[in-house]
Amino acid sequence: MNVIQVSQLTKVYPTQPPLRAVDGIDFAVREGEVFGFLGPNGAGKTTTIRMLTGLARPSAGKALVLGMDLATDIARIKKQIGVVPEQSNLYDELSAFDNLVFAMQLYGVPRAERKTRAAELLARFRLSEKRDAPFAKLSRGMKRALTIAAALAHRPPLVFLDEPTTGLDVMSARNLRQMIAALRAEGVTVFLTTHYLEEAERLCDRIAIIVKGRIVALDTVTGLKSAAQSKPIVEVTLADDNNHIETRHIEGEDVAEVMRAALAQSEGQRIVAINTLRPTLEDVFVKLTGLRAEVMLTEKGGKGGGNAGG
Amino acid sequence: MLADDLRGMFYIGLKDLRAYYFKPPNISWGILFPFAFIFAFALRNPSDLRALVPGLVALTLLFGTSSMEAIVIVFERRIGALERLLLAPIRLPALLAGKLLGGMAFGLTITLIVLIIALAIFGVTNVNWILLALAIVFAAAAFSALGAFVSVAVTEVFEAQTLANFIRFPMMFLGGVFVPVDSMPLVLQVIARALPLTYAVEALRVALLGGGRMDAVLDLLALAGFAIILFALAARVMQRWVE
Repeated sequence: MNVIQVSQLTKVYPTQPPLRAVDGIDFAVREGEVFGFLGPNGAGKTTTIRMLTGLARPSAGKALVLGMDLATDIARIKKQIGVVPEQSNLYDELSAFDNLVFAMQLYGVPRAERKTRAAELLARFRLSEKRDAPFAKLSRGMKRALTIAAALAHRPPLVFLDEPTTGLDVMSARNLRQMIAALRAEGVTVFLTTHYLEEAERLCDRIAIIVKGRIVALDTVTGLKSAAQSKPIVEVTLADDNNHIETRHIEGEDVAEVMRAALAQSEGQRIVAINTLRPTLEDVFVKLTGLRAEVMLTEKGGKGGGNAGG
Repeated sequence: MLADDLRGMFYIGLKDLRAYYFKPPNISWGILFPFAFIFAFALRNPSDLRALVPGLVALTLLFGTSSMEAIVIVFERRIGALERLLLAPIRLPALLAGKLLGGMAFGLTITLIVLIIALAIFGVTNVNWILLALAIVFAAAAFSALGAFVSVAVTEVFEAQTLANFIRFPMMFLGGVFVPVDSMPLVLQVIARALPLTYAVEALRVALLGGGRMDAVLDLLALAGFAIILFALAARVMQRWVE
């Protein structure tokens, strides 16, 4: 079953000249998957999320979210989605616990459940010790975790995460990725935008790449990689008598043939290493978009927490 | 849907009171500021201090409801917290009404304290309690809507403070707090009729000191009109944020 079904979704901002932030995109998100939405800054990722969550009105196109029409059922849709914006945006003056309780009050979680659920979320996101600490006093990673917890407070079956690990240190980012993976294990559908290619590769079942408002590719990670590199490549590292190192890349129809070719090309030099090269998502991104992979990092303030080490 | 809206309104108002309003500086400022103005005026003209009570109550309502109200929305918009409310399953007018509810509740609480002090000093004879309650609630709604309108009309907190003061301070001197509107030059009288404070002071004057009840009913209607128009304008501006 598709949790999100988007058809020719378009957003044009009435600037001079008009800005087509999202330009007739089509995609579907399946129930229970982590769907990655990748693209450089300004590609249309956040605008797409804003449209799907009722924060911006589409200029054209149609979208069904959880089987409901975005144009007519936005209030019902809002009840069943959780949204984590790029900026951690809870209330500085309220404690971690009170922020969660307020989120539940807004979404109509029964009074009897609120305190138990808030305590449960704090424990799950390793924030129990910060129960009474004002949001303003939490570390950046804790703020992020609490913002995600607040989005889950009413148990939505679909969660939108907009750049969840941006600006976090490595450990905080790693913890958050584990939490996102846990959501998937629970059957929650996750719509994830990120500019960290490694993060997308680790977490996402399928990935759409959006550039200048248009989706240029949509597939599983394996599918995207296969499309980017159809033939196997073997990297052979050779050393001569003076220990001068040389690296060669050899492409062929299958791995066995490429290995034979590699051995034949050694020409008496010592073979130090042979590796079969698989394309990374970065290679796919570069090939499909024509952009340097660095644009995904530099525009968001460097690698930081995006160093997807876990 | 209506149940969601009402619940949302209530909890947004409650959250604002806890997060922003009931802080010591707000409470003390809300009480001291109107008293300081009235005290300064009374020192210069100490003949009939009881006549200043309606103005004191109206000023307390104006500053109590609109001071923080004018900042809250723009502040939350700046830090992204308003987006949480826009994402919640409530309609936009309900969100705005929740914001007004916080401002009104704070203004009413502060005003009640000031009113009790004033009545303890000047006595409670000839007070029309029903009219007094209606005048206070209608004025609080109008001033709170004014604060909300200011808050959605700007993008920075300092702009909100500047705009709020730009509106409130002339209103304070033209709204009949210190000088009766009827004794002003005609041009100023016309301007005074366009200000909600004028109607609040007049309705409170009838409630506290006596006077024509029909005039007070018209004052209440004018205050209701200001509340509705300012609320509608603020809601219209907010609607543009999600288009």
